Amino acid sequence: MAEYLILIYENEDGYVKGGPEVWQSAGAAHGRFAEQVGEKGGKMLGGNALQPTGTATSIRSDVVTDGPFAETKEALGGYYLIEARDLDHALEIAKLCPAPFGGVEVRPIMDMSGG
Amino acid sequence: MLAARTDGEAGAEDAAGPEAGAAAAASAGASASHPAAADVRAAIADAHRREWAFVLAATARVARDIDIAEECVQDAYVAALDAWQRQGVPRNPGAWLTTTARRRALDMLRRDRTLRAKLPLLIEPAPVGPGQDEAGEADEGDGVIPDDRLRLVFTCCHPALAREAQVALTLRLVCGLTTTEIAQAFLVPEPTMAARVTRAKKKISAARIAYRVPGEAELPDRLDAVLTVVHLLYTTGHTAPAGDGLVRADLVERAIDLVRTLCTLMPDEREVRGLLALLLLTDARRATRTADDGRLLLLEEQDRSQWDKAAIEEGAALVTEALRGGRPGRFALQAAIAAVHAEAPSYPETDWPQLLQLYGALLRAWPSPVVALNRAVVLAMVHGPAAGLAEIADLERDGRLAGYRYLPAAKADLLRRIGRPADAAVAYRSALELADNAAERAFLSARIAEVHGRAG
Repeated sequence: MAEYLILIYENEDGYVKGGPEVWQSAGAAHGRFAEQVGEKGGKMLGGNALQPTGTATSIRSDVVTDGPFAETKEALGGYYLIEARDLDHALEIAKLCPAPFGGVEVRPIMDMSGG
Repeated sequence: MLAARTDGEAGAEDAAGPEAGAAAAASAGASASHPAAADVRAAIADAHRREWAFVLAATARVARDIDIAEECVQDAYVAALDAWQRQGVPRNPGAWLTTTARRRALDMLRRDRTLRAKLPLLIEPAPVGPGQDEAGEADEGDGVIPDDRLRLVFTCCHPALAREAQVALTLRLVCGLTTTEIAQAFLVPEPTMAARVTRAKKKISAARIAYRVPGEAELPDRLDAVLTVVHLLYTTGHTAPAGDGLVRADLVERAIDLVRTLCTLMPDEREVRGLLALLLLTDARRATRTADDGRLLLLEEQDRSQWDKAAIEEGAALVTEALRGGRPGRFALQAAIAAVHAEAPSYPETDWPQLLQLYGALLRAWPSPVVALNRAVVLAMVHGPAAGLAEIADLERDGRLAGYRYLPAAKADLLRRIGRPADAAVAYRSALELADNAAERAFLSARIAEVHGRAG
């Protein structure tokens, strides 16, 4: 098994405009996703939703600036850390991850154990 | 399998004739005291062309890493040069090379236990059958080495890799071409191509792209990606993107060899047959596509008596099989279209209504603007140039074909036929601006001169 990070990139406006209903249904969808990871033979190691990019602070060469590292339409809004057999397995799981206003990126975690 | 190999061999001799002869003569001269040297070199070149993918695929299973496997296979070919000169060329060169490469891979892994621990097991355990051994140690000698070429092809064409990386990896790992050769074929600087190959290999290992044939559910999509890559190899060779010659025979033949192998390994996949049929039927016209002076000849100008009848016959038989049993796929339909052209006694006698029907089916199976453009040309043959021009106007508005040289070229031809030479000249000039191939440019320039004569 190997570890993969699922990065959720979405247009934040979707949740602002959608109001509490959209927020609630997204919460339910993520709850369901957490169950599906195990059903698919993977393992959920962790994950979090992030506060919107309006709360982000960036640091480049010790210079602190307001805002996210890169201004893009679809911003990093949350992540999951999962365990999967290989990339195909990770992608099969990541396809189930809710991201109605964008999409997800799958990145293998670098093995630093040095074994 | 045997039949396919014999055919492939005949084709290879045809195309590589003068070059191969020169190489053999040169090596014979260089080693007059060692009469076997030229034979050994020829045997190695032959084994490189025919067995590379098999040897690498079987070694990857043991090495558990494509980079290491490639290194071991290269070493095995180098070792063969010396060993075969001393002991003679083995009865089964592929098995000799595989055994040598796998032994080397096992040695490397034994020497470096930590490496072995670190390398993820990307190889799915195969169902162990008679003659198969997962460790790969007992199948030396006369044992059967499992054929892993499909795993290799599907790994190279994995959708997590960019299309250009899929193409480069397939040529490098499946066809055994050097990075220099691939860079030349695609007119890319060598360091760029080397970086592309390295990056793709790194992604396979870091992201753990599994070394396996996809399951039934994914197979149609994944197979389509493989066939698209092979088709791209063929079309790149069929009309070289730039340069003096229209065709790059080496790429064309690699593509045909590859799809032949796929046909042997996946005999039940109709689209694989469809692609082989398409390539054979298109390639049957290769010799007649340019005049002696290199000028491009259109279908209607080609000498049909010079078309390769054996290839047409084989292709047409494959089309029949590929169309049978359910809704045909896009490669089978393209092959059926090529067969209608190949079997027409002359250009005017082509069965245009049947072509229109086939293009309709193709457009439904594969809604591509390029297919729509081709359908417009056939529509013009059935219902007149005005009908074709109306469809082309729709495609121009659609915009997806902006920059596609065959759109203004097709439009120009219809305008010429409908008697609007001035408009035709404008369209030919747009096509000329987009064309890089010398033969195509010469053709378009000649057409511009011709319609100018008529307009004036």
